[in-house]
Amino acid sequence: MASQALIPPATDSETDIDTTQISLFAVPGMHCAGCIGKIENGLARTPGIASARVNLSAKRVTIQHDSALSPPDLRAAIAALGFEAEPLADPGVDVAAAENRMLIRALAVAGFAAMNIMLLSVSVWSGAEGGTRQMFHWLSALIALPTVAYAGRPFFRSAWAAVRQGRTNMDVPISIGVLLTTGMSVYETLIGGEDAWFDGAVMLLFFLLAGRCLDSLMRGRARAGVAALLKQSAPGAMLLDDSGQSRWVAASALRPGMVMLVAAGERLAADGRVMEGESGIDIAFLTGESAPVRVRPGDLVQAGALNIDGPIRVVVTAAGPDTVIADIARLMEEAAQGKSRYVRLADRAARYYAPSVHLLSALSFAGWMIVGAGMHQSLLIAVAVLLITCPCALGLAVPAAQIVACGALMKRGVLVKDGSALERLAEVDEALFDKTGTLTLGRPVPRDLAGLAAEDRAVLLALVQGSRHPLSVALRQALEGEGVVPAALTDLREQAGEGMTGRLGDEAVALGRPRSLITLFDLAAEYRRGDQAVLLRFTDALRPDAVETLADLRAMGLKTLIASGDRPEALTEIARQTETTAIGHLRPQDKLALIERLRASGHRVLMVGDGLNDGPALAAGHASMAPASASDASQLAADAVFLGDRLAPVAMAVRAARRTVRVVKQNFALAIGYNVFAVPLAIAGHVTPLVAAIAMSTSSLIVIANALRLKAAAR
Amino acid sequence: MTGLTVLIPIALSLGLLGLAAFFWALGSGQFDDSDGAAARILIDDDE
Repeated sequence: MASQALIPPATDSETDIDTTQISLFAVPGMHCAGCIGKIENGLARTPGIASARVNLSAKRVTIQHDSALSPPDLRAAIAALGFEAEPLADPGVDVAAAENRMLIRALAVAGFAAMNIMLLSVSVWSGAEGGTRQMFHWLSALIALPTVAYAGRPFFRSAWAAVRQGRTNMDVPISIGVLLTTGMSVYETLIGGEDAWFDGAVMLLFFLLAGRCLDSLMRGRARAGVAALLKQSAPGAMLLDDSGQSRWVAASALRPGMVMLVAAGERLAADGRVMEGESGIDIAFLTGESAPVRVRPGDLVQAGALNIDGPIRVVVTAAGPDTVIADIARLMEEAAQGKSRYVRLADRAARYYAPSVHLLSALSFAGWMIVGAGMHQSLLIAVAVLLITCPCALGLAVPAAQIVACGALMKRGVLVKDGSALERLAEVDEALFDKTGTLTLGRPVPRDLAGLAAEDRAVLLALVQGSRHPLSVALRQALEGEGVVPAALTDLREQAGEGMTGRLGDEAVALGRPRSLITLFDLAAEYRRGDQAVLLRFTDALRPDAVETLADLRAMGLKTLIASGDRPEALTEIARQTETTAIGHLRPQDKLALIERLRASGHRVLMVGDGLNDGPALAAGHASMAPASASDASQLAADAVFLGDRLAPVAMAVRAARRTVRVVKQNFALAIGYNVFAVPLAIAGHVTPLVAAIAMSTSSLIVIANALRLKAAAR
Repeated sequence: MTGLTVLIPIALSLGLLGLAAFFWALGSGQFDDSDGAAARILIDDDE
């Protein structure tokens, strides 16, 4: 059965599935062979579904089905198998994966060519002469020319794009070096010369492509991690037309005034106003807070919100680009433009490196011409200089260091999205924190448990065990964390909106909404036993190590600041505990403006936040981090996402990033040191293809070995 | 010397064969789901 989905089953002639369609679903809950078998076999048995194929790494399932089945039907089919699923909007179009695959192909070709040419070159170096050498050179040319044309494309393309805009990057000296070396070698082969440099050119491509592949792999891995946490907004909605008929309509075809039927468990595809029905909706993607919000007829609901309790009818007020999420996405896009102007370390080095290398090469050509070595000899030496100085070690050194550091961080629960994020993280000198959900846990934690007798705690745990209410869950976590054993209750019952009741022996116990007082800002519940009542209050607690982490960051030379949308009174306690200035009443635009102001005064800001209201600030910060409990948009905007309840990963990531940049700079120094030895040799005309091959491999090995030291970076 | 004219084409075509095999494996999606491939062997066929 396992291989069944590989080969789509033969279509029955009677069922006549002529319009098959392919849909993609994210299923975050699957994690083992049993899940794969259940989903693939279960879906294949569902009428209308031709085949299903699970991708466990990406936590996705690809379904081939009759076009009569709508996404909600498929979703229900997966739910019937016991898995939560979210439809993914665009199947198949994965630019990053395609680019990665292209790089791996180029790497394979370059590796094949480098091995074979090296084999031929070794024979030439060990003394092949005359016709044999000539034949080996021709063979090398035959392998090298298509290889350079194919495997060199990523470099040529990027170099050409840079040159056309009048800029230079790492790829410009690489492209010039490879092309000149190849051209010169072809000429040498044509005139029957002694040395051809095909091996050098192809090996250079191989090493550099290895660096590119590492870079692309790292980005892909972190993206997959974030995408697995990500829930997409609905691809469409069930519409109710005037005749009372319902039909499925794609999100792009929704218009204001249409009426959507949103069943429990579905996401809204457009902004709207509730017409009929009452339900709780989860807008965690907007606020990062998990407690559902009650909506009644007349209330506004946003696209992407998850309807939890019951079916509602919603009249569309805004769809597509006019929705609230789309607005915030635009604001974030604009804010992120500053970040895209960031020039990576390797390219910054190339700004000095490329002109000096080209100048050196030209000077040695001119020098040997003046001395009278002849055109041919001088050109050979110039090419040798260009090849030996080609930033092989640099191109490999940076991604190698970054992927090792990112791997180490990932093991400790920090997903860094790419190498440039790591570089920017190392440069920050001011850390700006959001409060709710970032410095605090963003969920209620009971405050008054210490005052309760042991027996009461046991009763309380027994009461809350069966309830899914957020406050019950918070109580259960706290009590179970203390090792409380639940008491034996009888008559246990939950009444929606009222709370839990039960009996301990012949005494009535209950946990419910407080009768005595209504607090505006604090969450509270009342525990009743017999005729006595205890008020249990809840607060949004600080993350367990928030105070230490902020002190740690200050010790590392970062200034810290709290920026919150909350009331200033709610901030005083936290500001006092963390000894940090706090600014309250900030709207998203205000946070953005604050970051701009800090930037203008020369600071590089690390933004740490979770809610959608932090999204623009996250995008605008020099670097940014978000907890894994954050809203989807914030996780997308942030450079790094950290898992768990602790805040320490923030300090750890900054420290690891600084170490990485230090190692990268060491690698630059190593590469320059190597050039100091090798370039005079090349200028003097002593570099043969053999010397170049040895020098290139050794310098690459040294920088990789240095990068591997970062394995222990995340501590 | 005559041995070379036979051996070199053989060596190169074997190398090319390996390259072609890798391309085929990449194209047919064998590296798309490394976790899944590891788990699939455990699926019980006769359920």
